[in-house]
Amino acid sequence: MTDLTNPENMEQLDDRKFTINFGPQHPAAHGVLRLVLELDGEIVDRVDPHIGLLHRGTEKLLEHKTYLQGIGYFDRLDYVAPMNQEHAFCMAVEKLAGIPVPVRGEYIRVLYCEIGRILSHILNVTTQALDVGALTPPVWGFEEREKLMVFYERASGSRMHAHYFRPGGVHQDLPPKLIEDIGEWCEQFPAKLKDIDNLLTENRIFKQRNVDIGVVSKEEALEWGFSGVMVRGSGMAWDLRRAQPYSVYDELDFNIPVGKNGDCWDRYLIRIEEMLESVKIMKQCVEWLSRAENAGEVLPTNSKFAPPRRAEMKQSMEALIHHFKLYTEGVHVPAGEAYVAVEAPKGEFGVYLVADGTNKPYRVKIRAPGFAHLAAMDHINRGHQLADVSAILGSLDIVFGEIDR
Amino acid sequence: MSERLQELGEHLSHHLDSAIREWSVDFGELNVSIYSDRVEEVIKFLRDDRGCRFTTLIDICGVDYPARNERFDVVYHLLSMNLNHRIRIRTSTDEEKPVASISDIFPVANWFEREAFDMYGIVFSSHPDLRRILTDYGFTGHPLRKDFPLSGYVEVRWDDEEKRVVYEPVELVQEYRDFDFLSPWEGAKYVLPGDEKAKGEGA
Repeated sequence: MTDLTNPENMEQLDDRKFTINFGPQHPAAHGVLRLVLELDGEIVDRVDPHIGLLHRGTEKLLEHKTYLQGIGYFDRLDYVAPMNQEHAFCMAVEKLAGIPVPVRGEYIRVLYCEIGRILSHILNVTTQALDVGALTPPVWGFEEREKLMVFYERASGSRMHAHYFRPGGVHQDLPPKLIEDIGEWCEQFPAKLKDIDNLLTENRIFKQRNVDIGVVSKEEALEWGFSGVMVRGSGMAWDLRRAQPYSVYDELDFNIPVGKNGDCWDRYLIRIEEMLESVKIMKQCVEWLSRAENAGEVLPTNSKFAPPRRAEMKQSMEALIHHFKLYTEGVHVPAGEAYVAVEAPKGEFGVYLVADGTNKPYRVKIRAPGFAHLAAMDHINRGHQLADVSAILGSLDIVFGEIDR
Repeated sequence: MSERLQELGEHLSHHLDSAIREWSVDFGELNVSIYSDRVEEVIKFLRDDRGCRFTTLIDICGVDYPARNERFDVVYHLLSMNLNHRIRIRTSTDEEKPVASISDIFPVANWFEREAFDMYGIVFSSHPDLRRILTDYGFTGHPLRKDFPLSGYVEVRWDDEEKRVVYEPVELVQEYRDFDFLSPWEGAKYVLPGDEKAKGEGA
């Protein structure tokens, strides 16, 4: 028997070190992520994430599309919460072009952004549970996601890639029955969430896999550029909806759940709480939207940014020309640059837009929250067990559409 | 908000005068343009100064202006959660001149700089690991440069005989269509058919 503590036998010690490939096709990789893991026995020594397998050149494509055509690319970034991304892009265009947004449009946007947040959080919470061995939560959670995607479809005609927001508001008003149905959904969802919560929150195995795993301190969260749940998990009450309110978030009543320990478990709890807060916001939006005195336009009519009404086009030559020009040439955005960030479900989603006065963006940089979170993968995982890698990866809330762009 | 940013801008120009080229507040955002050899110093100051406390690095990205002498802008976005304000730092460089890496100050800069290098070929000096990040293994070129075509240079397909994915030059089955709907009366830069007559002998 060789004495492995003797430094002269170091070569044998190194035998314990090996490298494995995790992904790109791995159910716990949440998409196409290749992790090159350097292990020392079961302990992770180094993680080298190889990303870009879903790189579609969104930023390049956006430079070749008009502003209206560009919106659709934002659905395809974080494809589990499409409208939150559209919101950021539309707000960037509005900021540069000075487009006013009617209040009703804002409320519809907020309503759908919160639906997006619940969509994303359900997916994350349940699949993270799947990663650590729980099979039931995804099945239960996806039933609710399905209902929400129907709301997406009823508003925009598409379950996921909605292309519903426009600079200046949203494309069309919601039918009253839809608002009513969303209100009804809000009534029954907390009970469904409670079921998932009962399955997981006090589950011994789930706790063993998540408590004290992937701890992120406040300092680390800052230097690694974290945002969203990742900073709130570490005890910082930072939420763009509250800190730098956009849209009508300053008129709504909601709380910001904050964690204490910065581990996977706290992040899970925050996501559960945030879903309940989102339901609260949705109820307020539904209530506001269904009041008769709040009926009105959702896009500023009589502006060059909104299409004319169909009936008007039958009568007026000007309207016909306007319609044609809007959908071919598109709107011109004055030269300038703006950075606009929204609190997407995964963190701060930002759009840095450089416009040169033409109908196409000169440069769009998409700041995806997941990119910064995944960059810290190596740092968080060092010293953890191999099995914790998938638990941590799950709690970072990674979606490759936005990271690879 | 804008007054606060104005104050912050004055505060910066007071302390970092020799590093700052110009600064302004546009669209409610503070833009500071700095000399490219002072990046590290400025970012460190922004993080540590009590009046700034920009402790979160939001983003680093490149912007390409091929007509310029120093064609690339490197743009840094920073956020202060303590004081709730943002700043945009901009510097310029060309294909060769390296910009100092700030991955010692903010470790997350590591990946952002790799991305800027991958997409534009901007070189960051003393970066620990300046590899490509988003493009394919063995990719050549920098796709976000304005002179890189949208369709790229190579395409891949599965070769059943060689049993592997092979790279081939892009072959378009129909002509590449880049719709230019820019109104010829407002800023389009091409020559309209018939325009030459206006300046010809007959005119």
